[in-house]
Amino acid sequence: MSFVIILHAGIATGTVLLFAAIGEIFTERSGIINLGVEGMMLLGAMAGFSTSLATNSPSLGVIAAMLSAGILSMAHGVVTIHFQADQVVSGLSLTFLGTGLALVLGEGLTGQNPPLIPDFDIPGLALIPYIGPIFFQDHSLLVYIGYFFAPLSWYYIHKTRPGMHLRAVGEKPEAADTLGVSVYGLRYLYTFVGGCLGGLAGATISLSVSPGWYSSQTTSGQGWIAIALVIFAQWNPIRAALGGYLFGAFRRLILDLQGPKLLLGLVNPLYINSNLSFFLKMTPYILTIIALVLGSRAAVKKRVGAPTALGLPFIRGERG
Amino acid sequence: MGLRVKVEKRVDVPKWLPAVTAIGAVILAFIIAGLIFKFIGGKPLVALRFFYQAVFGSWAAFSDTMVKATPLIIVGLACAVAFKMRLWNIGAEGQFYAGAFGASLVVLIPIVPMNSPKIVVIGLMILMGMLFGAIWGFIPGFLKAKYNVNEIITTLMLNYIAILWNNFWIFDKWSDAGFQMTPTFDRVAWLPRLADYAKEYKIFSGITLHMGVLFGIVAAFVVWWIFKYSRWGYEIKLIGDNPKAARYAGVNIVRNIILVMTFSGALAGLAGMSEIGGVVHRLQESISPGYGFTGIIVAWLAKLNPFMIIIVSILFGGLIVAGREIQPSGLSFLLQGIILFILISSDVLLRYKIRIVRTEEEAV
Amino acid sequence: MSSTVPAVEMKDIVIRFPGVLANDHVNLTLERGNIHALLGENGAGKSTLMNALAGLYKPVSGTTLVNGELVDFNSPRDAIAKGIGMVHQHFMLVPTQTVTENILLGMDKPRFFMNLRKYDQKILELQEQYGLHVDPTSKIWQLSVGEQQRVEILKTLYRGANILIMDEPTAVLAPQEIDELMRNMRLMADQGKSIIFITHKLHEVISIADRLTVLRKGKVTAEGRSMQGVTKEKLAQLMVGREVLFSVKKEPRKPGKIVLELDNVFAKNDKYLPALIDVSLDVRSGEILGIAGVGGNGQSELAEVITGLRACSGSIKINDQEVSNQPPINAIKRGVSHIPEDRTSVGTAPNLSITENSIMKGYTNNPIGNGWSINFAKAHEYARNLKEKYNILAPSVQTPVGKLSGGNLQKVILAREISSEPLLMVAMQPTRGLDVGAIEAIQILLLQQRGAGTAILLISEELDELFTLSDRIAVISDGKIMGIVDAEEADINEIGLMMTGSTVRE
Repeated sequence: MSFVIILHAGIATGTVLLFAAIGEIFTERSGIINLGVEGMMLLGAMAGFSTSLATNSPSLGVIAAMLSAGILSMAHGVVTIHFQADQVVSGLSLTFLGTGLALVLGEGLTGQNPPLIPDFDIPGLALIPYIGPIFFQDHSLLVYIGYFFAPLSWYYIHKTRPGMHLRAVGEKPEAADTLGVSVYGLRYLYTFVGGCLGGLAGATISLSVSPGWYSSQTTSGQGWIAIALVIFAQWNPIRAALGGYLFGAFRRLILDLQGPKLLLGLVNPLYINSNLSFFLKMTPYILTIIALVLGSRAAVKKRVGAPTALGLPFIRGERG
Repeated sequence: MGLRVKVEKRVDVPKWLPAVTAIGAVILAFIIAGLIFKFIGGKPLVALRFFYQAVFGSWAAFSDTMVKATPLIIVGLACAVAFKMRLWNIGAEGQFYAGAFGASLVVLIPIVPMNSPKIVVIGLMILMGMLFGAIWGFIPGFLKAKYNVNEIITTLMLNYIAILWNNFWIFDKWSDAGFQMTPTFDRVAWLPRLADYAKEYKIFSGITLHMGVLFGIVAAFVVWWIFKYSRWGYEIKLIGDNPKAARYAGVNIVRNIILVMTFSGALAGLAGMSEIGGVVHRLQESISPGYGFTGIIVAWLAKLNPFMIIIVSILFGGLIVAGREIQPSGLSFLLQGIILFILISSDVLLRYKIRIVRTEEEAV
Repeated sequence: MSSTVPAVEMKDIVIRFPGVLANDHVNLTLERGNIHALLGENGAGKSTLMNALAGLYKPVSGTTLVNGELVDFNSPRDAIAKGIGMVHQHFMLVPTQTVTENILLGMDKPRFFMNLRKYDQKILELQEQYGLHVDPTSKIWQLSVGEQQRVEILKTLYRGANILIMDEPTAVLAPQEIDELMRNMRLMADQGKSIIFITHKLHEVISIADRLTVLRKGKVTAEGRSMQGVTKEKLAQLMVGREVLFSVKKEPRKPGKIVLELDNVFAKNDKYLPALIDVSLDVRSGEILGIAGVGGNGQSELAEVITGLRACSGSIKINDQEVSNQPPINAIKRGVSHIPEDRTSVGTAPNLSITENSIMKGYTNNPIGNGWSINFAKAHEYARNLKEKYNILAPSVQTPVGKLSGGNLQKVILAREISSEPLLMVAMQPTRGLDVGAIEAIQILLLQQRGAGTAILLISEELDELFTLSDRIAVISDGKIMGIVDAEEADINEIGLMMTGSTVRE
């Protein structure tokens, strides 16, 4: 058990949450809450895996993962944007639909070995003590992309014109509408973006971080954790990324805790009774709840909150 | 002159329309799922006939369907109670497991000796099942009421926790000779089944329908009464429709959130108990093929109407019975997703009229 | 393009909503450099017509010419491109963004990266030209209402608008701010801008408009007439179609003992900023205490602390019993009724029936509340009585209140709040957005309550209404009570000054 290994693994698995959570941040910033992340991720994981298997190209796999989940998210888009259905129920339906599609279409993928996204070192940077082995050695391209993705997303949302429009549509859609900004158009766009990133997160699992297709165990609830992370991160991509890495490191830590005989000089209870690991496996979920409680309390205190129009359909002329 | 599709907002909804759209949604969902089934190489019509046979083909088949419908009825009611107040309890699955665990404790500890009268054992199992489900519903309710923590996430996380919790006990303390299940319960802890009376009434032989279905029917009446006539039900409806107005009217929202989640959890726990006592007769892994999630769809499809929940549950019970035989296993998830999607999309028909008009008509 | 061509000509405009003919062959001509008043009651179709001109709605038929050129707008963008800018009644601003960001919203430039500082400078220059000052780096939620309105106007000017539509711009302003707005409007008109000014306040029309069009129930009753010889009475008749009484008769007051007493009350708003600062006042039975003030100066919070909807410090007593910081049910049980500001989002539950809405405050009481259950037969009977007594127009008491008109919805609330025979009534904006007939009916009901001995706290932004109904008027500004004056000796200018926080009268 070494902290370098735990943090290295944390960065890798955290990248999954990073993509999914930032995708959801984009969607929610536009005023649409999409609870179907778990379904989109699973579909993405399946599509990426099977495409890579069929074409021998993991890059095509990633593209297929993003597109398939993006297209799936459009079901949520149509139903919530044009039909003004309840976003919570629609998101749940999307979870079922995505999960079902992934399981049906993913029949027989278990045990297959498609080409994966290769891991590599960053020359130079990899040699820095501690930093190098954690951040710049033996990671896949997706992890390195993640490093840029969070700050760029933050910059995009807060400092660019399209980002300003995105925020406006989620905060006060009628204001954007009167100035000719297409509320429906942007909401579709960012629902799609959120879907693509959810699919990317799925492919990150199945083609890189923990490769393989284990039906619904592939994602094992990480989509839901990503949604909780959005609340915890208060819709800030950088906080979401840090939270994702932290969470990833923690998941690795609880795996590693089961190995050694001695922990801090004491007998490791997990070594004696491996069944106790069930309690250890609960901790990510308990941690999510705790993070959510803390996030919700901080949100109240610091007056930062969800985008004002989150979850509300926009109908021109019904307000104002 | 030409034709144009015109969308208008509905001023009033005809009484028959919600029912028609719901039925239409189910039919459409079956057609779409059939096409997907065909696409992956299945024979949808054969499957449909098979489905009918498996569900309604004989008394025994129908009884099987009812056995699967039983937990759905109770869980569907649990979801409906929470949804009525727009509390998104999607943790019925976890509450179901918690209830199953609580009920099992009666036998496994054992709380009462196993030579006690059946009524005592079963009564205690009901109590413990509902208690543990209630605790599992109370936690997210409390967090939502006191700290405004999103209940969707907490209920979901508690699902995973409940399943892991159960796993520990069946792998460890109460494992039956290393198998991942507890020993079979004593007969006294079994809910009465129709088959038990096969000696007196021959017609019942092989009919596995158990007493749990009565729990479901009684629960449906109770929930119906609460919604329709009780003060509490009125408060639930008021909070569900407009929480600000409810607060303004002096309704205690914090208390109601906790109460509703606890009650919803207790019902889901009862479903877990009924499954343990009526079907599985022991605690084991995967006692539920996603009843807690299907319950969400059942409640929504029934538009939160307790008696409609019974009918919809029978349909979905059939789906599960048939799904056991039909491969791949994800198909029932897929079908449920499609049904739910089409249903919520069809709601747009309740809000808007879509007419085809001649363009000249418009100027009038 | 000669200067004789009107800036806007709308001819035979028809706009229809489900079940409503909002504009019935309406004509409107706006001359260049003019301020043109568009007058009409609520629901007369003014905003609808203007939304069509701004590209938000599409007329079923009719033609629109802008600067002599036939136009057909499919979106607000098209209208903006033709130099039409709309200043909405409910501000269309993003509260979490800065002034500059709000102004740049929807513009083609900057294309991607934003150099906000450069644009701040541009906006300062624009402000100088028209005398509309506001800090471009402030976030909208930090601005006063008057400043927000300036941002709205700047937004249209930045887009090069030559035709400005101002939808009830004075409704949210204090008298002094109104004067400033009027000066700005005249300045803009002198620089060649053409302005359509929507209002239902008659004296404003007389003081500033060059020409005027009146709408009644979707039809034009006066088309583009000049302002010569126009009187307030004449305008009112054009607007309403009948003679209007300008004051409801009021019995002399017979105030009794003190019912409500506030002492050094402090409270915060939803943003955790101070909303009420050291508020002390009292209301006696049989008396109406009016609260005057520009919206958003602590009025909502005042109503909420009294009815238990908001926490506060200090003391609030009803009949000498402390009620502050107790759950709303305690205030209800002590005989406090409350007509909330927002009748749809607070006062009623839209999908529940008239019956279910009428028993909202009394469902625990006999005979409707019956232990654990509710006797719906009795409840329906009760609701039917209210429906008849208060002349609520609806198919039945089972009708969801969301389907009722604004006036009937307000009657449901009033019926419910009055029928509990309250000791104290907190009425906030009870007549806002209603047509003249409904306003009169509701004002009479309030006076009847006063006659019956109820203590009434009337919070309103309509000074006319406050003068008509109140016995005393307290003025609130920035959460502070600036003074309390006797309504009979009050001077509207003095009240206006206090509303802007200028003078405090002891």
